[in-house]
Amino acid sequence: MIEPLDQLTARLAARFPGADVTLLQNPGASAQHSLVLGNGIARAIAEFLRDDGALKLDYCSNVSGVDWPDKVIVETTKASTPDPAGGPDKVTEVKTERVQPGYLEAVYHLFSVELRHGPLVIRTRTRNRSDQVTLPSFTPVWRSAEFQEREVFDLFGVVFAGHPDLRRILMWDGFKDHPMRKDYVEPEDNEWEPTPHGDLLAKVKKPDPAPSSPSPPEGAKP
Amino acid sequence: MDMTPAQAITDEEREELRRHGILLTSIEELYNWGRSHSVWPLQFGLACCAIEMIAASMARFDIARFGSEVFRPSPRQADLLIVSGTVTKKMAPQVVRLWNQMAEPKYCIAMGACAISGGPFKRGYNVLKGIDRFIPVDIYIPGCPPRPEALLHGLVELQKKISGQAISGPDAPRHLRKDLACEFPVPEFGEHDLDPPHNPTVWQPPEVPKGDSPA
Ligand code: SF4
Repeated sequence: MIEPLDQLTARLAARFPGADVTLLQNPGASAQHSLVLGNGIARAIAEFLRDDGALKLDYCSNVSGVDWPDKVIVETTKASTPDPAGGPDKVTEVKTERVQPGYLEAVYHLFSVELRHGPLVIRTRTRNRSDQVTLPSFTPVWRSAEFQEREVFDLFGVVFAGHPDLRRILMWDGFKDHPMRKDYVEPEDNEWEPTPHGDLLAKVKKPDPAPSSPSPPEGAKP
Repeated sequence: MDMTPAQAITDEEREELRRHGILLTSIEELYNWGRSHSVWPLQFGLACCAIEMIAASMARFDIARFGSEVFRPSPRQADLLIVSGTVTKKMAPQVVRLWNQMAEPKYCIAMGACAISGGPFKRGYNVLKGIDRFIPVDIYIPGCPPRPEALLHGLVELQKKISGQAISGPDAPRHLRKDLACEFPVPEFGEHDLDPPHNPTVWQPPEVPKGDSPA
């Protein structure tokens, strides 16, 4: 069994003073909590997780990409103004909108073949979704991450610094988009279906046909 | 057809002669009979449907009964391209290239929902929505996957199609006419999609009814 994650977080904080390690609780039934690692220290921590005698996480089974788009958060604050006529206070609600900037995330599932435990879930996050999309590569630490990091690069556009061979793996080299991003715009090549529904129905109803060569989606960088 | 002796007598008379061991036929019939019963497929599979194609070639279903057991490993020696499975956009240029490398007369069977229309992956970002966007398809076999019997049925239908082809005149197939191209342009990898996304001489998108929702 892996030690409880709060213990591990404390141990990491003692081993790497000032390191940016956050314990992310999963409130769901699976209770699969994870560690969010700061980008600067992530490589050193990954090596520690692999080599530490009590953990020996020698196998990275899975690398996933997650796209978290910008999120508009509406906050409601209540303000009460006293009624000059002496009645009850007047309560007005003030709604403020705040944009929580989006980011891209890479999630790694680590196991120990030797000690037969796992998974430990670690995450790294980019600054934003457009120009600061570099994350440290864990391929030098776990070789099995190589193709999956290439896949995350291909489909999400995360650039893994230190990856030995960062090329697209599923799409062709000249492709410009990242199809698994939430704002990916697919090329206009769906012909009419007998029972269009959802966004295809919206497209069918659109009066003007879209141009055959679509413009690149916003936020997608080569 | 006009000057062949087979025209001069009725079909019943021909059958009568055949029963007595005299074979009366036309060049066209003989030529098509030979072609339709030795259709050599290309040994080429793309996805799960290919497993059914392989099953059709094995002893239980035995495609050899129809003269098509000779799966050729080279497109130069093959007559039939069975597009058996999902055609990704990354694979599509290679499929068209294989088709171009096959010598005429050549035929194409689109096997399974994926090869016909993209199938379960139709709304995916990297699946071609039907191989008939780039090459002419002779027989469509629906199913996901079609059973080997369905493939054999498709082959028999193809044989019927070949048997019915004229060898001269305006109805003659592509390989006997000078005015029809036997090569098809290979799409390039574009920045967002294949370039062009379909071959307009082979396939045109259907009219999309705009405005109100279609009835
Ligand atoms: S039609 Fe079905 S069985 Fe055939 S390749 Fe597509 S998904 Fe696989």
